[in-house]
Order: sequence, then C-alpha cells, then structure tokens
Amino acid sequence: MIEINMQETQLPLKAEARNLSFFYGSFQALKNVNMPIYEKRVTSLIGPSGCGKSTYLRCFNRMHDLYPGNRYEGAIDFHPDHTDLLSPKVDPIEVRMRISMVFQKPNPFPKSIYENVAYGLRVRGESARSVIDDKVEAALRSAALWGEVKDRLNEQGANLSGGQQQRLCIARALATDPELMLFDEPTSALDPIATASIEELITELKEKVTILIVTHNMQQAARISDYTAYMYIGEMVEFGETDQVFIKPNKKETEDYITGRFG
Amino acid sequence: MPQPSDRLKKDFSRHFKERVIEAILFLAAFLSVFTTTAIVYILVKESWIFFQHVPLTDFLFDTQWTPLFDDAHYGIMVLLSGTITSSMVALLVAIPLGTIIAIYLSEFAPFSIREIAKPFLELLGGIPTIIYGYFALLFVTPLLQKVFPELPGFNLLSAGMVMGVMIIPYVASLSEDAMRAVPMALREGSYATGATRLQTALRVVVPAATSGIAAAYILGISRAVGETMILAVAAGMQPNLTFNPAEPGATITSFIVQVALGDLPHGSIGYQTIFAAGLTLMLLTLVFNLIGFYMRKKYREVY
Ligand SMILES: Nc1ncnc2c1ncn2[C@@H]1O[C@H](COP(=O)(O)OP(=O)(O)OP(=O)(O)O)[C@@H](O)[C@H]1O
Ligand SMILES: [Mg+2]
Repeated sequence: MIEINMQETQLPLKAEARNLSFFYGSFQALKNVNMPIYEKRVTSLIGPSGCGKSTYLRCFNRMHDLYPGNRYEGAIDFHPDHTDLLSPKVDPIEVRMRISMVFQKPNPFPKSIYENVAYGLRVRGESARSVIDDKVEAALRSAALWGEVKDRLNEQGANLSGGQQQRLCIARALATDPELMLFDEPTSALDPIATASIEELITELKEKVTILIVTHNMQQAARISDYTAYMYIGEMVEFGETDQVFIKPNKKETEDYITGRFG
Repeated sequence: MPQPSDRLKKDFSRHFKERVIEAILFLAAFLSVFTTTAIVYILVKESWIFFQHVPLTDFLFDTQWTPLFDDAHYGIMVLLSGTITSSMVALLVAIPLGTIIAIYLSEFAPFSIREIAKPFLELLGGIPTIIYGYFALLFVTPLLQKVFPELPGFNLLSAGMVMGVMIIPYVASLSEDAMRAVPMALREGSYATGATRLQTALRVVVPAATSGIAAAYILGISRAVGETMILAVAAGMQPNLTFNPAEPGATITSFIVQVALGDLPHGSIGYQTIFAAGLTLMLLTLVFNLIGFYMRKKYREVY
C-alpha cells in the first residue's frame, strides 16, 4: 500500500493548489486548501452541499473574476510552465484557453450543433473551414455524440435531449484541446442511462486530459476517479487515492460522510 | 345551532365582497375594451362614408394628396411616403445607437453606471415630444444647414433624426431587458471557452436575445410611425410624395393634427379624410405591434 503510494506520488503533477483561500466579499468560502492534481488522472471532489466544491473548481478557470467583490489568496501552480493561475498578472482568458469547463446544467448556446462545438475555435480566431470541420468531428467523436448527430449538425443544440446536450457541452469543452477539464456535477441533471454514458466518457477522456470533477454521488466518485478529495466547510479534510479514501479513510469525518453517518 | 348559521353569514359577506371586487375589476376591463372598440367602430364607420365618395383605388394609387383643394386628390401614398421616410431616418439613428447602448448597459457597464443610466434613459422617454419637435426645428435644422446650406427650414431629415433620438430609450431599454433575460449560465459557458466580453456579448448574448431585440425594434418602428408632434413642428406639413429626407413633407399623423386643428366643417369630405388616414395608421401600427407581440412571446418561451 505504502509502496504504491510512493509510486503514485511520483506521477507528474498537472496543477497544485497552495494555501488557496477564497472570499465572496467578506465571506471566506475556502480556507487554506492544499491539493495536488495529477496529470491524466481523474480527481473527484466530494463533500456536503455548500462546502465549497464548486467554489474551488471555479478558481481553476478564474470564473470568479466575472463577479465583483470576489478575492483569491494563495496560488494554483499550473504545470508544466508553473503559471500561477490566480496571479493578477495572468489573464483569465489565457487561463480559460487552457482549462475548459462543463457545467451542472447543460448550457448549449442558441446555435447549431456544429457552431456550438466550433465556438471555442472561432473565439481563438480559427477560420479555416477544413480545420474547424476536422476538430468538430473529432470532438463530437470523443464526446460519443458523433453517431447521433452527424446528419443533423445544422440543427439547434437545444433540440437535443438532456444527455445529448451535456455531451455536446463536453464536445465544446474538448474541441479546444484543453490541458485540464473541470466538471461541476455534470450528471446531476441526467437520468441513469445518460449518466452512465457520461461516466464512461470521462474514463476514456483521461487518456488525453487531466480531469477534476465535483460530484454529489459517492458511487460515481468511486467508479470514475483515481483520486478523491473530501471537503468540509471550505477545508480540504482528506485527499488520497480513491480506493484508500473509500476503503480506509484516514480521517474520522471522511469515514462518517462516506458511510452516511454524517449529520 | 348558532355556529353554522354564523359561518353561513360570514360566508355570505365574504362572498358578497368578492362579488363586488369582481364587478369592479370587470368594469375596469370592460371600459378599456369598450373604448378601444368604440374607437375602431368610429374609425371604420367614418372611413366607410369617406370611401363612398372616394374609390379605394384612388386612395391607394393616386399620387397627389390635396383633399382641401377644389381639385381634390386623395392619394394616401403621399402621406405614407413622409411617414416612411421620416421613420427610416429615425430608425437609422435609433436602432444602431439603441442596440449599442443596450449591449453596453447589459454586458459592460458596472453596476453603478447601469443604476444611473437606466432611469436616465426612461426619463428621456418621458420628455413631451413637442419639446423634441422644437429642438429639431430650432437647433438641429440650423446645425444641419451649416453643413448643407440648401436644406429647407422644414425637412424630414432633422425631424427624423430627432425622432430617432426620442426612440433610442425604447429600443435600448427593451433590448437591454431582453439581453439581461439571457441566463448567466450561457455567458459562463462562453467565458469558460476563453471568449472575451465582446465575443460573449456579440456571439452568445445578442443571438440568444434576438427575438426580444427584434421586438424592441418593432416597437420602435411603431413609435416612429405614430409620432406626430415632432413632424408637425419640424417637417413642414406639406404633402410631398418623396423619399428624400432633405425635403419637407407631411406624414399621416401630421396631416391629422393639421386638419383637426383647422376649421373644416364636420361632415365635409375634407374632414372625413382624417378618419381614413387614421384607419390606415391604425392598421399600420397594429401590424407592427402584432409582430412585436409575437416575437416577445417567442422569446419568453425560450427560457
Ligand atoms: N456568489 C456567492 N456569494 C456569496 N456566497 C456564496 C456564493 N456562491 C456560493 N457561496 C457560498 O459559498 C459556500 C460554498 O458554496 P459552493 O457553491 O462552492 O458549494 P458546493 O460545495 O458546490 O455546494 P453544492 O454541492 O450544493 O453545489 C456556501 O456557503 C455558499 O453559500
Ligand atoms: Mg456546487
């Protein structure tokens, strides 16, 4: 067990949160979070509602910059170039060019399926039709949606079913070749079958990209993630390999939460 | 035994109160419906009399409008051209500016600026139009004449431009409402792909608000078509079949005030013309309002 741990910690890092605190105005939602994110692994964040999972996730793509009064402290060291994602000198748009996000509720744009996926490319100034065609197809294939939509690429994205819409959003997030993908409870609005297909997709995606996912569903965390972090009221209580966290948690609080004995 | 009867009494009085309130509400609703119906009825009835003297084909295709002359002609086209020309000028001003203001307020302005600008815009919309009219005549026209010396003192251009300024608040305010109704989730989705503010505004928010923005434009058009005082004051009220904004001209509305204020005997054909003109105007704005209504309904259905 310890040996495996040793080996695993030598995995290349994709990012590392260091003494990360976050404030909504005067309310501190994250307290001194330290946490590694390993490259091409799935890391899941679990914890009771309101503990700061979304808040933490949205630090990585500087989503909090969109609203006034929000403040970060500490750093997120992003590998391999050691950019501090939270530094005021770093342009949030540059950050979002490298880190994409899938939201809780599918949010396709009021555009065609094709244009939804092409959006990130167009925003980056790509205009060559052949390049966009190829990337749209590749992203839709990776999102396991190509077969269902290849004959209706010009239809509105909103015409798809909920599960298909979420896969469309995944394709949109994939099309720009992100280094890290953030998922905020991506299956909470979906039925079990759509959920299963998204879980399978995430497992496949980790071949190419590092994944950080928030989930309320502990079975889901156990099924799809390599690492799990348990958060409670803004603090990182425990972080470890998923098997270890679920089978033999180090902290009593984690055990209580996982076994459902939590308050 | 007394208890149930007490309850009954209470029930009765509550019932009675409800009935009274219902009756008052019904009366209020009825009154507005009745007024509208009465207006339409009078317009149609009087126009009917008019069209017994003037064939509809003359009304639609004659190229002169001289109802007060001995050699009377009743070509509505002449007034329509003034309405269309001045409205076009107004829309060329109001649509681009109104849209830009709406995009700025909805997507760029900090909270504090929006809080000041919104009421200010609404205030602009509340200025009596006669004041805009004099502003056009006494300020804008002389200014334009500095650039175009041959511009007549009364012209559709300056009236149309000022009318455009008058409509900006409507277009801006309604378009801004439509854009603000776009869910934050869509904006976040756009930013998350690395889009800038401008890209998000133009590529996601505006398309998502299209039908609401279109409704704002349509309502702007129907304001322009129905506007009276600015044109009566600044555009000259001379019937003129032209699409050149640098000329003076009468519109349907300015003709109606002109006749209504004059001392034409009631019942004369000259007097009757204003009902035919009014009916035309009403049909025109009705069409625009219906389109606007339909579009607003459509955009409500989206979210
Ligand atoms: N915009 C905001 N302004 C102020 N406080 C906020 C804001 N958003 C979240 N919070 C607070 O920050 C804390 C963390 O919220 P967050 O949304 O990150 O929780 P979460 O773990 O994602 O919960 P859930 O599982 O319900 O999604 C909560 O106490 C919440 O009330
Ligand atoms: Mg959350």
